[in-house]
Amino acid sequence: MSAYQPLKRPVVTLPFLVLGVVALIGTYYLAQRFIHGMGIVTNLNGGYAWGVWVVYDVVVGTALACGGYALAITVYIMNKGKYHPLMRPALLASLLGYGLGGIGAMIDMGRWWQFYNIFTPWHMNFNSVMLEVGLCVATYILVLCIEFAPTLLEKIGAQGLIKALNKVLFIFIALGVLLPTMHQSSLGSMLIAMGWKVHPLWQSLQLQPLLAILTALTMGFAVVVFEASFSTVGFRRPSETPLLAGLGKGIVGLIAAYLAVRFGEILFNGKLGLIFAGDLGSLMFLLETALFVFPLVVLSSAKYRGHGPLLLWASVSMLFAGSLYRFNAFLITYNPGPGYSYFPSVPELMVTAGMVALEIMAYLFVVKKFPVLHDAKHA
Amino acid sequence: MKRRDFLKASLGGGAALLGAGAAGARGNLEPTEDAVGMLYDSTLCIGCKACVSKCKEVNEMPPTPLGDETQWDSAHDLSPQTLNVIKVYSEGKGDVKDQVKDGYAFEKRSCMHCVDPGCVSVCPVTAMRRNPKTGIVTHHPDACIGCRTCMVGCPYNVPQFDYDNPFGQIHKCQMCNQAGVERIDNGGMTGCAEVCPTGATLFGSRTALLEEAKRRMALKPGETYNYPRGDVRNPNSHHEKAVPEYEQHIWGEKEAGGTNVMHISSIPFDKLGMPPLQERSYASISESVQHTLYSYMALPAVALAGLTYVVRRNTDDDEGDDS
Repeated sequence: MSAYQPLKRPVVTLPFLVLGVVALIGTYYLAQRFIHGMGIVTNLNGGYAWGVWVVYDVVVGTALACGGYALAITVYIMNKGKYHPLMRPALLASLLGYGLGGIGAMIDMGRWWQFYNIFTPWHMNFNSVMLEVGLCVATYILVLCIEFAPTLLEKIGAQGLIKALNKVLFIFIALGVLLPTMHQSSLGSMLIAMGWKVHPLWQSLQLQPLLAILTALTMGFAVVVFEASFSTVGFRRPSETPLLAGLGKGIVGLIAAYLAVRFGEILFNGKLGLIFAGDLGSLMFLLETALFVFPLVVLSSAKYRGHGPLLLWASVSMLFAGSLYRFNAFLITYNPGPGYSYFPSVPELMVTAGMVALEIMAYLFVVKKFPVLHDAKHA
Repeated sequence: MKRRDFLKASLGGGAALLGAGAAGARGNLEPTEDAVGMLYDSTLCIGCKACVSKCKEVNEMPPTPLGDETQWDSAHDLSPQTLNVIKVYSEGKGDVKDQVKDGYAFEKRSCMHCVDPGCVSVCPVTAMRRNPKTGIVTHHPDACIGCRTCMVGCPYNVPQFDYDNPFGQIHKCQMCNQAGVERIDNGGMTGCAEVCPTGATLFGSRTALLEEAKRRMALKPGETYNYPRGDVRNPNSHHEKAVPEYEQHIWGEKEAGGTNVMHISSIPFDKLGMPPLQERSYASISESVQHTLYSYMALPAVALAGLTYVVRRNTDDDEGDDS
C-alpha cells in the first residue's frame, strides 16, 4: 500500500462551487477576447504592452509554482529524504501553476494561431531572452507531467509502468531542477532589455538573473511551507510544523543572500537616495523590503520557527515579497514615459481570477481523488 | 560537496557575470554599410503634418478623427493606424517657437531605426529584422506570435499592436521599403521626407545626414543657411533661412548605439519626450548576459550532468523507501 492516499472527502463543496462561478465569469470574458480582440477586455496600450495576464499569470504565477523546484533541490540534491512526503502536493501545485502560466501566455499572445513558430528552428532568435523562457517553460511543463505521472499511474494500478518510469525518473528530476533555474533567471534577464522603463531601483542589469532566481527559490520554499501549513488547517490534518521549520532555516540563507545582492547593487550604483525619494517607487521598495525582512526575522529564531501560525505568516509574507518584487519591476513602477498609464480592467482581472479559480479547483479535485497527500500514519 | 555543486550550477553563472569581459559579451552593433535614415530638424518643422498624411497614404491607413471631425488627421500619438506623428511641446504661454520658456516646439515620433535595435534583439521568432544593407528595421507578421516583447524592448515605444482586432498585428514604420512599397529599393525616398515643405524631414544615407547635422551644429545663430529639401545627397530644392540656436546635440548619433533616424532641435531632447538613454544599448547588455550563460549551452550541459549524477545517487539511497 502506498504511503500516499487520496483525501476521502466530497469534491463538490461550497467553496468549490464559488470557485466554479468565478471560473465561469473568467471564461465568458476570455471568449470575448478571442472574438473581439484583446482591446475589448484589457486596458493594454502602446506603452504598457504587458498587463496582469503576463505579469501575474506568467512572471509571478510560475514563481509561485516553484514549490516542486525548491523541494526537488532539497530532497534530491541536498539529499534530505525526510521532506519527501511534501513532494507530491508540491509537484501538483507546480504542474498546475506552470500550466496556468502556459495558458496565460497563450491567451495573451496576440497572434496565438502562430504560436508554434517559437518551436521552429528557422524562426528562433537565439539572442532573445523570450525564446529561452518560452522553450524552457514549455519543456518544464512536460517534465512536470512526467514527474507527476507516478501519482496518476498509481491510481489506475499500472505497476509495470511505474517501475519502468522509476528507472529513468532521475533524468527528469535533474531536468526539473535545471529548467526552472534557467527560465526563472531568464524572467529576470527580460528586464534588462526593458531598459530605462524599469525603475532604477529594480533595474540591476547584469544582476537581474541572479535576483530573479533567488526570489524564485524563496517563493518556491515559501509556497511549500504555505501549502503544507494551510492544508493542515484547511483539511484538519496533523501538523507538519517540525518538518517545515527545517525548511525555514534554508529560507533564511536565501533571503539574506537576496537582500545582500539587492542592497549591494543599489549602494554600489549610488541609487540609495531613490529609496527615500518619497514617491511611488520608494514606497513600493520599502513595502517590498519589509515583506522580505519579516520572514527573515521570524525564521532566524528557533522559537518562532517552531510556532505553526508564525511560520505560516512568514511564508505568506515571503510569497507577497517575491510577488511584489516582480510586480513592481514589470508593472507597478514600470514607466514607458509620458502619455501612457495602465490599470487592469475588471474583465481583465476576472480572466486571471477565473484561471486561478480553475487551478485551485483542479488542485482540490486531484488531492481528493488521487494519492497526492502523504498518509499521516506513515509520516 | 553536493550543496556546492548545486550552488555552482545555479548561481555560478550569475556570479561570473559580475566580472567584466565575460565570454559572449558584445558591445553595440555598428551601423550597416549602406545605412539609410532621416534627419528631423525640429526648428524647421512648421507642424503642417503633411508627413503624417502622406505616411497614411503610403501605408494605406485611415486618418484619426477628432470627435466626429475627419477633415484632417488628429492623431496624438503612434498607434496601429499612425506610424508617424508630429507632437507639440508647449510651456507657459507657449507663443515663441523653439523656446523652452513660454515657447513651443514640434517633435516627430516614428521608428528611429536603431543601429542596435532592441526589438530585433528581443523578438523570439525573428519577426523583427535589421536589413543587413540598409539598416532598416522591418517587421514580419508571418513570423510574429504577438508576444509584444518588441514593444517593451523598444526604448521609444514604437511598435504598436492592434488590440482591437482579434487577428491583429504589430505596426511600425518600415521606412517605406516594405514589400509592395519598396520606395528605397527603387531609388526613392520616404513619403514623409518627400512631402516635407521645409526640409524638416530629410532623407539620405546615415553618413550624409550625420555630416549635415554636424554642419548645422557648427553654424552661427542668425546667419543665413541654405536648407535642402528631400534627399540630402541630391536635394530637389533649397530654401534660405536664418540659423536658430541649436542645442549642441545630435540625437541618434550615439544614444543606445545610435539610430538611423536622427533629430536636432533648439530645445533639450528630454523636454521633447526623448528617453534617458546611455551610449550602450540595452540589447548589447541583454545579449551579453544571455550568451555568457548559454554559450554553446555549455553551462546548462555541465549543470545537467552534475545534477543527473547527484540525483541518481540520492534516489538510489532511497530505493524501497518510497514509491
